[in-house]
Order: sequence, then C-alpha cells, then structure tokens
Amino acid sequence: MKYLHLVWSNLKRKKIRTLLTVLSILVAFVLFGYLAAIKRAFNQGIDVAGLDRLIVRHKVSIIQFLPESYKGRMEKIRGVSSAVFATWFGGIYQRPSNFFAQLPVVPEEFLDMFPEYLLSPEEKRSWLETRSGAIAGRILADRFDWKVGDRIPIQATIWTKKDGGNSWEFDLVGIYEGTEKGTDTSQFFFRHDFFHETRAWGSGNVGWYYVRVDEPDRAVEIARLIDEEFANSPHETKTEPEGAFVQGFAKQIGNIGAIMMAILSAVFFTILLVAGNTMAQSVRERTEELGVLKAMGFTHRGVLGLVLAESCLLAMLGGFLGLSLAWFLISWIGDPSGGALPIFFFPTRDLVLGIVLVLLLGLVAGLLPALQAQRLQIADAMRR
Amino acid sequence: MSQENGLLVDVRGVDKLFRRGSEEIHVLGGLDLEIPDGEFLALMGPSGSGKSTLLNLIGGLDRPTEGSIDVGGQRIDRLSDRKLAAWRARHVGLVFQFYNLLPVLTAERNVELPLLLTHLSAKERGKHVETALSVVGLNDRNRHYPRQLSGGEQQRVGIARAIVTDPTLLLCDEPTGDLDRKSGDEILDLLQALNQQQGKTVVMVTHDPHAAARAGRILYLDKGQLSTEPLE
Repeated sequence: MKYLHLVWSNLKRKKIRTLLTVLSILVAFVLFGYLAAIKRAFNQGIDVAGLDRLIVRHKVSIIQFLPESYKGRMEKIRGVSSAVFATWFGGIYQRPSNFFAQLPVVPEEFLDMFPEYLLSPEEKRSWLETRSGAIAGRILADRFDWKVGDRIPIQATIWTKKDGGNSWEFDLVGIYEGTEKGTDTSQFFFRHDFFHETRAWGSGNVGWYYVRVDEPDRAVEIARLIDEEFANSPHETKTEPEGAFVQGFAKQIGNIGAIMMAILSAVFFTILLVAGNTMAQSVRERTEELGVLKAMGFTHRGVLGLVLAESCLLAMLGGFLGLSLAWFLISWIGDPSGGALPIFFFPTRDLVLGIVLVLLLGLVAGLLPALQAQRLQIADAMRR
Repeated sequence: MSQENGLLVDVRGVDKLFRRGSEEIHVLGGLDLEIPDGEFLALMGPSGSGKSTLLNLIGGLDRPTEGSIDVGGQRIDRLSDRKLAAWRARHVGLVFQFYNLLPVLTAERNVELPLLLTHLSAKERGKHVETALSVVGLNDRNRHYPRQLSGGEQQRVGIARAIVTDPTLLLCDEPTGDLDRKSGDEILDLLQALNQQQGKTVVMVTHDPHAAARAGRILYLDKGQLSTEPLE
C-alpha cells in the first residue's frame, strides 16, 4: 500500500493519455457486460432447466404436431412420473414487435410440472375456475403494465377460431413469479380446454410434451424408451433433456457463445494493444527516473512490480468502472431490444469473470514494459 | 561503518571497460583510491575522464571489470544485484547534477522515496522527511512540486532525499553544475555542513574549481588515473 501513491502519481503524469486509455478499457468492459447479459438471455432456460424434465417433440421438427393421445402412453413408460403437453400459439398482442410466447396448457398438471412458476392460491383457484383465464409472468405483466382482471386481446396468426375470427380474448387471472433469478417470467399461459374448444382445426393435436422422470440419472435411458415407444408411427418423437432442448432452440439463431467470444476476443485484443502501448510509452518516457529509483535501492524486481502495479491500476480503473457502469445500465435501463430479451441481467459469474479479465489485462499489458524496466541497468538509464 | 584503519572506501586495482559494439573503451585502468571516513573529497578532471564512472563504482551503481571495491568493510563488487540494491538503500545517498526528482511527486514525497524501502511506518517516514527537509531549510516548501521550485531548491530537495536514510556516504555528481553561483554556494555550504557537523563522508565530482575548493582534498582524474595535481 505504501507504493500506491507513487503508482497513482505516475498514472497522473499524462492525464489525457491515461483518461483515453481508461475510457477505452471502460467501453470494452461495458460491452463485455452487455454481451454477457445477451448471452445469458439466449441461454436463460438452460441453467434453470429441470434435470428431471425431458421434452418430447416430433422427430422431424418442433412445428410438427404430436397426438394428444401420446400422454397416456408416455405415462405408462417405466420411469415416467408425468407428462404434460403445450402448443405454440404464436399470436400478436397489439403489434408484431410485441413478441412473447403464448402457450395453451392444462393448468393443474402444468403447475405441478413447473414448480418454479409461483402463483398465489387465489390466482391458481381463479385460473382453474375461469375457462378463458390466463396467467402471465412478472416480466411480461410489467412490460405491458397488465393487472389481474385485465382482458388481453391476442390476434391469432396460426389458430383461427371456429367462428372464423382471429381475435382471441383472455382474462388475466394471475401473474406468476419465478423461484430463481433466471426463471423465465416472460411467458403467457392459458387453458388448453378453452383452446381445444375454440380452435377451428388441429383437434387432438398438441405441440410437444414435458415429461418428468422419477430418476434424473436414468433420463437418457427413459428418453430412448419414449422414442422407441413411438418409433415407426406416423408421429415419431425426439426426446431430449430440457436443457439440451432450450440450447438447441437458442442455436437456431446462431451459436451465440461463439459470436460473443469472437467479438470479445477482438475487443480485448485491441484494448490489450492500447493499454500495452500506453504502458510502453510511459516506461520509455521515464527511463532515467527508473534508473534513479534503482540507484536509491529499488531492486530490479521492485521496479518490475511497480510497472505491473501501474498497469493493473490502469486496467482496474477502466475495467471496474466499465463493469459497474454495465451493471448499472443493465439493471436500471434493462433490455436494449425493447422486449426481445425478457430475462436480461448481468450474471454474477460473468461479473467475476470480468474482474479476472481486468486483472489479466493489467498484467499482460504491463508485462513487456515491466520486463524492459526490470532489465534496465542504472548506469545506462542515467546516461540517457 | 568505517574499518579499523579509518578508511571508509578502499578501491584497489579497478579497471572499467565499456564495450560499444566491437570497440572497447578503457575508462579506468588499475585505479587505487582510499577515502577515510568523514572526508570531503572532490574529484576533478576533464569530460570523459571517468569521474562519474568512478563515483558509480563507489556507490554500487555499476561494477568494475577488474579489481575490488571495499566500502565500510564490505566487498560491494561481490554482492548480488539484490544485496547491492539493499546496501545502496542503507549506506549511500546520491545527489545528481539535474536533481533527478520525480516531477509527479511533491518535495516531501520525493524525499520519502528511499524510506519506502525501509520498514518504517507512514508516521515515522513523515518524521524523517520533516527532519531531512528542515536540515536543507525547505520545510515550508514540502508540498511543492519540483516545477514550482527553483533549481537551488530542487537540489536541496535532492540532498534531503539523499540524507533522509542517514547514509554514511554521500556521492554527489556535479551538484552545482546546473546552478548559478549563489545557489551553488548554498548547496556547497550545505554539503560542507553535512560533512563537518554530521560526519558524512562526501565524494563530489565537479568541473568547478570554486566548488572543489570547499573539499578537504582534491583528486584529479585523467586517462583513467588519479593524481593530486591536475595533469597538463
């Protein structure tokens, strides 16, 4: 700590240069924060996916339907404790950009399958009693400022009604919360029986199944048993763990992780050059001063340490400010896409990774100038 | 720190060779020098005669190509880099022609620098700095940056920095070379006082006969050899 003043004073030597370098690093770490939040948003379902849940879909594609009658056959398979179905509704609320998932489900079974969705007993009872009742997640309700008791009109793009119309209306009877920070509360669920009676076509078909297994360790084996059960039928299935399903869904957009990594690598490489150049210049400019320090009794290693400490302090200034700013912007301003990324927060593990990256940046950027300073001989330095 | 024979510095048969590419430059050749404890010695000689090189060797800033350098009974030419650095921090105070203060630090922070290498607390360091600045008469300028001080004041800060660890040996390389006569005289007064009142051994390199006259002994260095009289 006693060297902190010396290290800090050296950074103040060229204030504009230090400020510009700090700003470059700051921008890089704000970007890092946003990319981490975006990646998390795309993968949000993977981490909170139930280990004991499988998803069964049509072998060809998720948009192909499965028979409703598969439910009973699945539940007879040894190791399956329950199976519930859901269907993609794909409607529009007010305008197409207001995208969110709407799924008809069987309320009681569905809430048993997803205990991470929390409804009050009154809201649950109300949903079971109201045929046109629907529930929305907290993020979704906040996004459109919905309150329990609101009537939600949704324009169908797939499911026309028996009366030929496309306008479906639902009564919002509950707003569910998530048990975890990453739980998706951006979805809209309504009753399958209402859906079944009102839709003009597709009777007896559902989109996919969620299956709970008794023993998560046997999930792979049970998935195989399910697919074997429906092999060689008109509706063959593909069964996979919920996490793998969600990951596959995210990959339809692209390998988000690889894209993020490519962008971040380019950004950090550039910042490494900027910070490294700043430190190299700074050391070159004060060769004589470093010689004086050594003449006073500072060891070669001591001088190496001083330069590295200066480089780390520079990186920490920009990096920690950048991470803080990213956290603030993400927490308070939120999703920059206007709703396409409903689960949007700066994950703690990425924040920790950011802190590690800040220190690594400081060490790597300062290493060459520090070694140069370490090798400096006093007599040579004083002659310059 | 002095030996039983009263010598503080004992230089024996020192050669110093510099290599620039394929060229070899002999700066010092078989040089012997004895400096008693408490002496004020002036080293004079033409440019390139090796005065600063000799000063660097005595201060452990450089190593001889041949020969031995004994300071206070310690063969400093045999010390490792790390031990030599620790030795310098403990026993040597350096005063430079261009002061070599760190421009980003105030006077008191500059003076404090050598104390950072000790185990003293911040409060103890502060006391030592205050004492050193009062010795050079700059207590009222302690918060000033070098750019806010005159040349003479900067050199006094340089001297305060050199004496703050209470070293035995003060090595001064042209300490008045960048100063006007009045400021130079003040610096010489200060060095003389440190020598006479506090018993510091002072070795001063200078071109200036007026400055050298303040020393107790003057030696002339030319072509790598010392003499008591200037060579023609």
